[in-house]
Amino acid sequence: MQLNQWHRIQKKLGNTSTHLFMAAISLACVLPLILVISSSFSEEADIARYGYAFIPRQFTTYAYEYVFKVPTQIIQSYGVSTFVTVTGSAISLLMMSLIAYVLSRPSFALRKQLSFFVFFTMLFNGGLVPWYIWLTQGLGLKDNIWALVVPYLVVPWYVLLLRTYFAQVPEELLDAARIDGAGEWRIFFQVVMPLSTPALATIGLFCILMYWNDWYLALLFINDAELQPLQYMLYTILTNAQAMAANPMTTGIRMPIATVRMAMAVLATGPAALVFLLVQRYFIRGITLGALK
Amino acid sequence: MAAPAVIWLVLFSYIPMGGLLIAFKDYRNNLGFLGSQWVGWRNFTYLFATEAARQITFNTLFMNALFILTTLVASLGVAILLYQIQHHFFARFYQSALFFPYFISYVIVSAFVFAFLSTSDGVINRLFASVGREPVEWYSRPEYWPAILTLINLWKGVGFWSIVYFAGILAINPEFFEAARVDGATGWQVTLHITLPLLMPLIIINLLLSIGRIFYADFGLFYQVTRNQGLLYKTTNVIDTYVFRSLKTTGDIGMASAAGFYQAVIGFLLVLGSNLLVRKIDKEKALF
Repeated sequence: MQLNQWHRIQKKLGNTSTHLFMAAISLACVLPLILVISSSFSEEADIARYGYAFIPRQFTTYAYEYVFKVPTQIIQSYGVSTFVTVTGSAISLLMMSLIAYVLSRPSFALRKQLSFFVFFTMLFNGGLVPWYIWLTQGLGLKDNIWALVVPYLVVPWYVLLLRTYFAQVPEELLDAARIDGAGEWRIFFQVVMPLSTPALATIGLFCILMYWNDWYLALLFINDAELQPLQYMLYTILTNAQAMAANPMTTGIRMPIATVRMAMAVLATGPAALVFLLVQRYFIRGITLGALK
Repeated sequence: MAAPAVIWLVLFSYIPMGGLLIAFKDYRNNLGFLGSQWVGWRNFTYLFATEAARQITFNTLFMNALFILTTLVASLGVAILLYQIQHHFFARFYQSALFFPYFISYVIVSAFVFAFLSTSDGVINRLFASVGREPVEWYSRPEYWPAILTLINLWKGVGFWSIVYFAGILAINPEFFEAARVDGATGWQVTLHITLPLLMPLIIINLLLSIGRIFYADFGLFYQVTRNQGLLYKTTNVIDTYVFRSLKTTGDIGMASAAGFYQAVIGFLLVLGSNLLVRKIDKEKALF
């Protein structure tokens, strides 16, 4: 009896410490973001005097007002990022689904060869130098909005996941559609796609975040300020205080560099964080799908 | 139907593969790829005569090994703890919080790392000042960066990998856990004798796949988070940042392409080798 009680107490304590520990590392995961948000609402002078803090000493929206005072660049960059994300994700998802559908059909004769053709690119690649030279000089992807879209269109790993998912659509269903006279395109759009919305949603969201978060393609291919996506614009602001001074938006009286940086970080993360909160459930399912393929 | 993706793969993957041969040329912009002179192994002789070749090889391997080990241990631990949490709401909540950093771009990461490590205003140095310690100039002290980058890599990746292992634990037949509980096994005993042995295939496969990628570094982490500080190169210069800087900053295409070729070939051999081992364990999990 007493032993039993002791066990129960021990179990309770164990449970509580598990919760405490998990809560602590969960907090550690979001803490840096809190620091960024807090700093963006702080007074520039407070940061200079007391350093970055998790709670603003004096709450102010000055940094945001400042960013939006002459908002040409930021609106331009939001536009670029939105365009790149929307068109890129849509085209990418369509292209990858199409080839994944072909690969998922056992009746397709060259299935093995085509699979290898796709997956070999995961194992071996030419690396940055030939890729960069070919894209800029051969394909003319320099200071061109499509340089931010086209190089990410096909992700072999996502093709693999989609193929695995499409393969679960029973062949009999497709045969029935074929007997009714539907062509492959029609079957793809009207049978396979609607049956695969969870997989399409997962991969689509991965694409959205890949495009939205990207700064690498801009770092390589974009010099023109009009074509800077949001993340890259933030990168230039973060690394280069002079770039801010030269920027038309910094002609005001006070130049709150530290808080403006953080406000920009919040503005650039905002949409991605929102997407994450809305659909993280799908992501978790998507990873599980891949892990246990 | 597959044509658009096939054309894309030819243009963006296969043609650049052929372009690897550029490492054997004295590439000139005005002459182009075909017009430039063949120079044999000269670019490689130059590259491996430099201190940088040893440095980037060591840093890439060492840092990736650190990342692989720490991420494995931490994400296994978190997955096991997550499994013990019966309350559905909390399990979900912790998962989401831990997963969140995975979706933050390295530009943002670099912003808040700066807020922590800035010499004059950073959280860490202010903390040091409040307990009477001297401030540290983090961005000019390379010796601290292996630890800093490991921590950031962990922060970013542990959510993803713990979900992978959590899914692995969920796939274990619950009767095993039930039987152990009836027999009065403690949490540690269950972990050591049931959870870990049954997760072993998944762990080994993930390890091998990571080792297959050990010659490739995370460019964003090493370039953005270090703010591309030259003083930190000693511990933070990896193959990917070296190739990038040689190409874009110093414009030394010979060195850049030789290092890129070196990475592509060794990386390929490592992937092949690890995949061969994965195949032996579980054919289903092999990449090919």
